[in-house]
Amino acid sequence: MQDSTSVGIVTPQYVQIDKPLQLKSGASLDSYHLVYETYGRLNAARSNAVLICHALSGSHHVAGYYADNEKGIGWWDNMVGPGKPIDTNRFFVIGVNNLGGCHGSTGPASIDPQTGKHYGASFPIVTVEDWVEAQANLAEHLGIEQFAAVVGGSLGGMQAMQWTLDYPEKVRHALVVAAASKLTAQNIAFNDVARQAIMTDQEFYGGNFYAYDTLPRRGLRLARMLGHITYLSDDSMAAKFGRSLRKNELSFGFDVEFEIESYLRYQGDKFADLFDANSYLRMTKALDYFDPAAAYDGNLSAAFRTAKADFLIVSFTSDWRFSPERSREIVKALLDNELNVSYAEITSSHGHDSFLMETPHYHQLVRAYMENIAV
Amino acid sequence: MNDIIAPSTIALRPDFDAIAAWIKPGAKILDLGCGDGSLLRYLRDTRNVFGYGVEIDDGNLLKCFNNGINVIQNDLETGLSGFESDSFDYVILSQTLQAMRHTEGIIQEMLRVGKEGIVSFPNFGYWKNRMQVICGHMPVSQSLPYRWYDTPNIHLCTLGDFEELCRQCNARILERRVMNNNRPVHFLPNVMGTLAFYRFERKG
Repeated sequence: MQDSTSVGIVTPQYVQIDKPLQLKSGASLDSYHLVYETYGRLNAARSNAVLICHALSGSHHVAGYYADNEKGIGWWDNMVGPGKPIDTNRFFVIGVNNLGGCHGSTGPASIDPQTGKHYGASFPIVTVEDWVEAQANLAEHLGIEQFAAVVGGSLGGMQAMQWTLDYPEKVRHALVVAAASKLTAQNIAFNDVARQAIMTDQEFYGGNFYAYDTLPRRGLRLARMLGHITYLSDDSMAAKFGRSLRKNELSFGFDVEFEIESYLRYQGDKFADLFDANSYLRMTKALDYFDPAAAYDGNLSAAFRTAKADFLIVSFTSDWRFSPERSREIVKALLDNELNVSYAEITSSHGHDSFLMETPHYHQLVRAYMENIAV
Repeated sequence: MNDIIAPSTIALRPDFDAIAAWIKPGAKILDLGCGDGSLLRYLRDTRNVFGYGVEIDDGNLLKCFNNGINVIQNDLETGLSGFESDSFDYVILSQTLQAMRHTEGIIQEMLRVGKEGIVSFPNFGYWKNRMQVICGHMPVSQSLPYRWYDTPNIHLCTLGDFEELCRQCNARILERRVMNNNRPVHFLPNVMGTLAFYRFERKG
């Protein structure tokens, strides 16, 4: 039976943008394309558009499924759909794959029109600011002058914040979930270990593995396993796996014994088959570089002086990678600027991944917040 | 904000009116322990204030969202470190003081963050409360609706007690209002009043 709260079958769309994009790194892209999906209908006043920004491993495929793959449900399908907290009966919702990604937008695995070969290592480092500018070009293409809301979790929340800084007139509300205004040293350290795992893989070939018809699977797998550990909490891993063994006895060897090992290897393998190693490197760099306060001597309140949007900031108690403390820093900066802001600290045991979970209280709050947004 | 939110029906609450009467229109407000947000919403609708509520309870937080007010989820017992000094015209603590562990600490924080503080609390010195104690029981009444073993009220006080705390905290009392059954009390307020309201500021 058709699920009435699913957006149903969706089709990705492409836009080719020939306006050169000057990147923060100093490099530039003469042209690029973005893949995106839309759900719901843009109203006549064009006032009901909501942009969903994805995190490290997400994509433009936010909700629904494809005609040829009913199991490939969008990564935030529990949040976006008809009657869901971000209600596609009211809002025109857009998901977009970021530049440098590997789900269809121009990225390291794309063919460089100037060379006819994969970009590979030559694909520039992209930042949250660059993504926001590319997304603004997509908005222009869709005829959207102002978003009712820009929404994102984790790295996606960073983009939502950046939108309010770069385009204060174009965002009425920003929903910033499980995010931070900058990564801590510990967080950057995790990212670097992940990058080292990839870059020291013999199959990486300095980022040009496409030419050798191979993949740095081992490195990407390790990177994902490490990341995955940090996205969960000690409690949630204990509850889900504990010390359970696959067989009933110890084998006194190095094969998979504990269920957690099996789970992580499975997650790593799955990811290594689907994700591009060069994209992973660039996504983690975008995380590391994000720090809007840096241009203001570390004063985040000064950074938000130009922002005009209303904000919802959400954190999760067991999230130790983007802890509630980081969200409270954002709240403080918004309060200092007398902006409309609400802050919720959701009790959840699922760690950083909580933002993707269907925790009733969390979804009720997002729903209530979205219902108050005029369109 | 859109029109989904129905017109306020909470104007019927005289304790809201008592606080609203002290608030200058357009003021910036921080409402500590704001509950479901109805006081802040009332002040927004009647006094055109801008402000934030602070609330710890998940259920109340959702009600605040439904009331369309700004609310920050935070434990008042940990202080107000997320708020700048002198950043609000009024910091309100409406019928929450008696349930707080760090009573003196929150008064100090109110004086730091706000130009003025407004506190309301049930008067333990009300004669009927005194009578119940004389008769051998902890008081249970309309303003103190809990029994001793299930009450969240751990720091009940009288008007005299609160005024002494203000002196101790270097707070100057600007105005006091005492009510009983929604009517103002002028004669023997510490005996006849059930609910007390104070407006105060930092001395010097």
